[in-house]
Amino acid sequence: MLVLVEQSLNGLQFGLLLFLLAAGLTLVFGIMDFVNLAHGSLYMMGAYFAATFVAWTGSFVFGIVLALGATLLLGIVLEYVALRHLYGRDHLDQVLATFGLILFFNDAVRLIWGPAGLALPLPAWLTVPVQIMPGVSYPAYRLSIIAVALAVAAMLYVVVMRTRIGMLIRAGASNREMIGALGINIKLLFTLVFGLGAALAGLAGLMQAPILTVQIGMGENILILAFVIIVIGGIGSIRGAFLAAIFVGMIDTLGRAFLPDLLRKVLSSAAASTAAPALSSMLIYLLMAIVLVVRPEGLFPAAKR
Amino acid sequence: MNFSFNARNVVVALVVLGLSLLPVYSALSGNIFILTLFTRIVIFALAAASLNLIMGYGGMMSFGHAAYLGIGGYAVGILAFEGIGSGFIQWPVAVAASALYGLVIGALSLRTRGVYFIMITLAFAQMAFYIASGLSRYGGDDGLTIYKRSDFGGLINLSNRVQFYYLCLGCLFGGIYLIWRIVNSRFGMVVQGIRSNEQRMQAIGYHANRYRLVCFVISGMICGLAGALLANNTDFISPAGMYWTRSGELMVMVVFGGMGSLFGPVIGTIVFLLLEEVLSQFTEYWALIMGPLLLLIVLFARGGIMGLLGRMSRD
Amino acid sequence: MIDSLADPLLRVENLVRRFGGILATDNLSLDVAPGELHAIIGPNGAGKTTLISQLTGQVMPNSGAIHFAGRNVTHLPSYKRSRLGLARSFQITSLLPDFSACDNVALAAQAHDGHSFRFWGAARKEPGLRNAAQAALKRVGLEKRADVPVSELSHGEQRELELAVALATKPQLLLLDEPMAGLGVTESARMVALLKELRREVTIVLVEHDMEAVFALADRITVLVYGRVIASGLPDAIRNNDEVKRAYLGDQHAVTSHA
Repeated sequence: MLVLVEQSLNGLQFGLLLFLLAAGLTLVFGIMDFVNLAHGSLYMMGAYFAATFVAWTGSFVFGIVLALGATLLLGIVLEYVALRHLYGRDHLDQVLATFGLILFFNDAVRLIWGPAGLALPLPAWLTVPVQIMPGVSYPAYRLSIIAVALAVAAMLYVVVMRTRIGMLIRAGASNREMIGALGINIKLLFTLVFGLGAALAGLAGLMQAPILTVQIGMGENILILAFVIIVIGGIGSIRGAFLAAIFVGMIDTLGRAFLPDLLRKVLSSAAASTAAPALSSMLIYLLMAIVLVVRPEGLFPAAKR
Repeated sequence: MNFSFNARNVVVALVVLGLSLLPVYSALSGNIFILTLFTRIVIFALAAASLNLIMGYGGMMSFGHAAYLGIGGYAVGILAFEGIGSGFIQWPVAVAASALYGLVIGALSLRTRGVYFIMITLAFAQMAFYIASGLSRYGGDDGLTIYKRSDFGGLINLSNRVQFYYLCLGCLFGGIYLIWRIVNSRFGMVVQGIRSNEQRMQAIGYHANRYRLVCFVISGMICGLAGALLANNTDFISPAGMYWTRSGELMVMVVFGGMGSLFGPVIGTIVFLLLEEVLSQFTEYWALIMGPLLLLIVLFARGGIMGLLGRMSRD
Repeated sequence: MIDSLADPLLRVENLVRRFGGILATDNLSLDVAPGELHAIIGPNGAGKTTLISQLTGQVMPNSGAIHFAGRNVTHLPSYKRSRLGLARSFQITSLLPDFSACDNVALAAQAHDGHSFRFWGAARKEPGLRNAAQAALKRVGLEKRADVPVSELSHGEQRELELAVALATKPQLLLLDEPMAGLGVTESARMVALLKELRREVTIVLVEHDMEAVFALADRITVLVYGRVIASGLPDAIRNNDEVKRAYLGDQHAVTSHA
C-alpha cells in the first residue's frame, strides 16, 4: 500500500514533467506546423544551465530562475537564427534540420561541460521528507515538482483558454490562415510561442535534473516519450497532451515498479526477471499501438476547423 | 537502358567503377584501412537504398530504419551465440524477422500520415531498442560479441577482407537492381502513384495501404540483410547500433544523395561517412560542424547531390 | 422510356450527411437509369460535390443507402466501388502530377487488370496497358500528348485527361464533377461534343454549372438546393418549374426587381 502511494506519486510527477515537454512540442506543432526534434535539446540545456547557475550563484532558487531565463533566451535565439526559415517547409526538412541541431547541441555540451555528467545537489530544505498521510512520507522536492508543474499547467490553461494570445494560439492551431487575416504580427507570435515552448522544456529539464544525472542525450529518450504522448493525446491538443502525459507517466512508473512481481506470480522467477525489464519498457509503446488501432487520430484530438 | 553522357550518369559510372576496383587499390597501396572503411560504407549504402525505396518512391518518411539493422544483426548474433553458425540459416532468419517486424509496425504506422508517421516509426524503433537492451541473456546494454562470422561452407569466407567486401558490394548492387526492377514494375508504379496522389489512386481502384505496407516490408527486409552484413563486419551487436540517431543518419544519407534516385543513397552514404571520417580527424567534436552543415544543406540544397547533378546536366 | 425505372443502375435512398451543424445532404433520394445522362444542378453550396463524393466513397454518409448495379455499396471503400465500375472525375483536377499523361491512364487501366503485386516486369513496357491507355487518350483527343508530364499540360488538357483516366477503368457509371470548370469557349464546346459521344456508351451523372451544356446534354435533370432535391425530371419540365426558378434564379430576380 505504502509503495503503491509512493509509486503513484512518482508516476504523477513523471507524467507532469512529460506534460511540460509535450505541451511545448504540441503547441509549436499546432500553431506553426513545425516538428522540432531539438525540443529535447532544450530540455537538456535547461538542466545544464541549472546545474551551472546553481553552482555559480550558490543559491538553488536564484540558479534555476536564471536557468529558466537562459533557456527561454536560447529558444528565442534558435527560432530567430535558424528555425523560422523552416516554417512552411516539408516536415522531412524540419526533422532533418532539427536532427542536425541535436547533433550540434550534444557536441557543444560535451565541449563546454565535458563528457561526464553533472550533479545538481538539492538544498537541505528540499530534501526533507514530508508526511502526506499517516505513516506515508514523500520527498519534499518531488512534491514541489508536482506543485510547480500543476501550477504551470493551470497557468497554461488560463493563458490558452482565457487570454487574447491564447485565443490566437487556438485559432492558429485550427486555422493558420485566419490569424494572418486578423492582421496579427505572426512572426512575433511564433517567436513568443516558440520561446514559451522552450521555457517549458527547460523547466522540465531543470526540475528533473536533481533526480537524475545531468548528462548528454538526456533529452532524447524523453523527447520520444513526448512524441508517444502526442500520438496518444492527439496532435495540437493541450488537454490531450495533459491527460496522455499523466497516463503515460503512471503506466511507465507503475509498470517498472510492479510488473516484475506480477510476472513472478505467473512465470518462473528466472523467466520473469528476464522478461520484466523488456516488457515494462514496452508498455507505453504497446499502449500507443492500441490507441493507433482503436483511434488513430488520438484520444483527445483538437477540434477541427 | 539508354545511357547518355550527362553529369549524373558519369558520376554513377565512376562510383560503380571505383567501388568495384577498391580492393585492387587497397592491395596495391597496402592501405587496409580504406577497405575497412568502404566495407562499412557499402553496407550502410544498402541500408540507405532500402530506406530510399519507401522514402523516395513510396513517400513514407520512416524514422525507424535502424531497427532493422538491429534485428538483422541480432538474428545473426543470437543464432551464432546459440551455436547455429550457418549463414544459410542466419541470413534468411535475419530477413524474415525484419519482414515480420515491418509487417506489424507498418500495419500500425500506416494508419496515420505525415508527421504522425515519422513519430510513430521513431517510437516503435525506440521500443525495439529497449527490447534489445532488455535481452540480458544476450548481453543487454553491453551487447554481444560474435566470435565467428556467418559460415557459408566452402562457398565464401567472410573472414577474408576482400571476399567479405565483394560479398557486401554484391549485396548492394543486387539490392539496387532489385529496387530498380520493383520501382519500374506494376507494383512500383502503383506505389509511386500513391505517393503522388493517394485519393486519386483510391478512386481508380487501388487499396493504397495494402501496397504501401508491402513496400514497407520489402524495404525492411533489404535493411535487415544490411543488418546481418553489419553484424558480421563488426563481429559485434549491441542496442547502441539501433539507437534512434542511427535512423536519423540513414535519413540524412538518403537526402544527401537525393531521394527517389536509384544511386542517390549510395552517393549520399559515401559523402556522409567520408565527411564524418574527415571531420573526426580534425576534431573530436565533429558533430559541431556536421549538425549546422546539415541545417544548411536542408535550407539551401534541395534534391541532394543527384538533384544538383541533374540540374547541372540540364543547363 | 425515361419512366421505366424498374431497374435503376444507381439508386440513392434517403442519404444524409452532416458536417458539424450543416446538413450537406438532406434526406436525398435519386435514381439513375442505365444509359441515361443525368445532370445534377444547383446553386453553389447545394452539396453537389459532397453527393458525388458519397457516391464514390470518399465521404461516408451518416445514414441512407446507395445501391449500384443491384448491390448495396453504402459502406464500400472507394477502391472497391471503382472495381465495380463506378468512376469519377474531380472538380479540382486531381491527377498524378509527376507522371506522364499516358502513365496516368495506364495506371487506371492497370487497376482493372488483375492485382498489381507484380514486382519484376517493367510496367511501362506492357503492350496491353499501353494500348489501353493510348485508346483512352485517343478517345479524348490527347493521343499526341501521351508522353507529356501532367504538370506541363494545359488546364483544358488536364480536364480531358481526367476523363480519359475515368474511361480507362471501363466504368458502367461515370460521375463527372464539373468537367467544364475553368474551360474556355472552344474547349467547352469540345468537351460537350465529347460527352455527346460518350453518353452513347456509358451512363453518366453530370454535375455542371454551364446551363447551356446541361440542357444540351441531359436526359433528365435533378435540382439540389441546400442538400435537398427540389425537382427532378425532363429538361423542359425543369426549365418551366416555378420552384426551380425561384430557388435557382431567386437572387437575380431579387437584384433586378429592386434595382
